[in-house]
Amino acid sequence: MHTPSRTPRHSIYYDYQVHAPWLPSARSPEVAPAAQRAAVVIVGAGPVGLTTALELARYGVRSVLLESELQVSEGSRAIVFTRRSMEILQQVGVATRVSENGLPWRFGNSFFRGQRVYRMEGLHDPDDRFWPMINLQQQYLEEYLMAAALANPLIEVRWGNKLTAVRQTGGMAQIEVDTPEGPYRLDTHWLVAADGARSGIRAAMNLKLEGDSYEGRFVIADIRIDLPFPTERRAYFDPDWNPENTVLMHREPRGIWRIDYQLPANESAEDALRPASLKARIDAQLAMIGHGGTPWQMDWSSVYSARALTLAEYVHGRVMFVGDAAHLLPIFGVRGANTGFQDAQALAWRLALVVNGAAPATLLASYSSERVGAAREIIAEAGKSTRFMAPPSRGFRLLRDAVLSLSLSEPFVGPLYHWRTSRPHEYTQSPLNSAGDDNALFKQGPGHGAPPQNIRLGPDDFLLDHVGGRFDLLYFTRDAALPSALVREVSRARQRGVPLAVTAVTPPDGAARSVAGADQTLVDSDGHFAQRYGIEAGGGAYLLRPDQHICARWVTLDATRLRAALNAATQGTGKGSAEEAE
Amino acid sequence: MNQGTNMSGDQQRGATAGTLPIEGLEAVYDRLAEAIDRAGPEKAELFLVKLALLNANALGDATRVAAHIDAALRDL
Ligand SMILES: Cc1cc2nc3c(=O)[nH]c(=O)nc-3n(C[C@H](O)[C@H](O)[C@H](O)COP(=O)(O)OP(=O)(O)OC[C@H]3O[C@@H](n4cnc5c(N)ncnc54)[C@H](O)[C@@H]3O)c2cc1C
Repeated sequence: MHTPSRTPRHSIYYDYQVHAPWLPSARSPEVAPAAQRAAVVIVGAGPVGLTTALELARYGVRSVLLESELQVSEGSRAIVFTRRSMEILQQVGVATRVSENGLPWRFGNSFFRGQRVYRMEGLHDPDDRFWPMINLQQQYLEEYLMAAALANPLIEVRWGNKLTAVRQTGGMAQIEVDTPEGPYRLDTHWLVAADGARSGIRAAMNLKLEGDSYEGRFVIADIRIDLPFPTERRAYFDPDWNPENTVLMHREPRGIWRIDYQLPANESAEDALRPASLKARIDAQLAMIGHGGTPWQMDWSSVYSARALTLAEYVHGRVMFVGDAAHLLPIFGVRGANTGFQDAQALAWRLALVVNGAAPATLLASYSSERVGAAREIIAEAGKSTRFMAPPSRGFRLLRDAVLSLSLSEPFVGPLYHWRTSRPHEYTQSPLNSAGDDNALFKQGPGHGAPPQNIRLGPDDFLLDHVGGRFDLLYFTRDAALPSALVREVSRARQRGVPLAVTAVTPPDGAARSVAGADQTLVDSDGHFAQRYGIEAGGGAYLLRPDQHICARWVTLDATRLRAALNAATQGTGKGSAEEAE
Repeated sequence: MNQGTNMSGDQQRGATAGTLPIEGLEAVYDRLAEAIDRAGPEKAELFLVKLALLNANALGDATRVAAHIDAALRDL
């Protein structure tokens, strides 16, 4: 019998709510618990499982969301969310709450021997709605996502339900679920494994992660303290109290600071987490930054090690992996949760099209190839940061120390401090990209597989407020109506179940404020939308996938090529990539 | 000293042309030896790595630096 803790977790700032478990007996008696079926079951209500459920619901797909615990994340865990994560969270309706409660920022500082040796500025383009980064504790993020999930009639949340076994048979996944009332069986067509770093599904299916584990281990401590620093990243290299190692500090909402420090190689996690050890080190860090003696209070502490691992495939028959269940990424560069949101978004629209019969199951293979590619790219990049933050050998340590020393007087080494932060992956080689479009002819604008460039349309009004959750055709025109051949092609696609909306983009002196045949019209008041998208004449167009990434663009769009692009993006048969290899 | 300045001043092209005349090479020889002694056994390695990075930056050519690394690794 599964007995999740009913005691609220300890926190000095977060008020944990313990939810009632979902019990099989609560179901109406005519549905025998043993014979339950669901189209999609998602295991794990962490940030990634919740986002997957909310995304699926946008396409009308029901899901059952199993969560073994009765409350949200223990401790703050992921605290830094990127602009792309915010754009994804906007799509599922929680970005406003995150913006209202989070702390936005864009500067990163590196310190050595009391001197600031490098300052990195995250770009804040006037066309972006969101800041490069925003800090918020994971509990709040999960709370907001959960509130959205509970309010959604297509999502059935089952607290206190733990998956204990999985097997695939006859095009179904059969799972065993344990509850405070005992086990039940659930059959599903599609099982999404969002069960986190220690994924039981991954272990049960005997799947191995590939990649590197690094030596460096870090303590994370969240303390309440009043420090007069702005919300910026602060990295201290080789501090006198912790020679050779690195310390990070981040401001969190509610008067909390995250202090993150590397452990000497031979110290155990247990020793490191003893209150006296934590206190001595936190006091030493505060003294070093000139705030010794400032009173503080501990909230939560933990130890983690830097790993950069991924599964080689994320789709295994009826089981699909997302988030930490699929990959473990070093948290320098805030890659854990931020990568997971992109997984959730990339999987959900494909799975929805498959469940709704608008695409063949082969489309899911491109989820795996795109996201495994992204994880591998992140692992390569993160490896560089990790080798700088926690040098794995004598040679790497010497080079790092030489850079620290040089940086006091030679600015050319500064960029080596660059903290390669999480960024959205460009699916340049995706099989979903159109082979016969005009991608190569564009001089500007987001190319094949890239996430879209946001555009400020007016006060509190941006392009990305208007697109997503379906294919979006951006059609640039000065005419009063869409060409009729295009309108016919759009309705043909819709008839075969492809969600598609047409957005006309028109100059202020265009023939119509509301272009006939388009679902919406956006006015490009100063022409910079067309300019940033490299559009030189009317009839140019972009096709965005439901996750907003670009899969085709044309100097002049015609109906035949629109059909080809939609086919490529919904079949996933790799025609696009074969052409691209040339 | 002067020779060294010329080398780094001529960043792009000097990288391919540069052979240090013997007087210059001798000057570098002495200066480097003295600097290693000044750095002391604890810090000599660190000093040499810093120097390598400064020279690499002045050379402005990662491929040539890689060739130098290979050459220096030979016959250790
Ligand atoms: C100590 C610590 C500190 C971290 N710090 C940072 C940071 O500073 N920045 C950063 O970006 N990331 C950080 N991370 C990583 C970040 O928290 C994760 O990347 C993120 O939570 C991944 O989300 P997820 O939804 O994939 O998995 P999780 O958030 O782990 O969610 C998995 C969920 O599945 C549930 N579950 C597990 N097994 C079962 C089962 N069998 N049946 C039902 N439910 C199950 C779990 O209870 C959990 O709720 C940290 C992680 C840890 C552990």
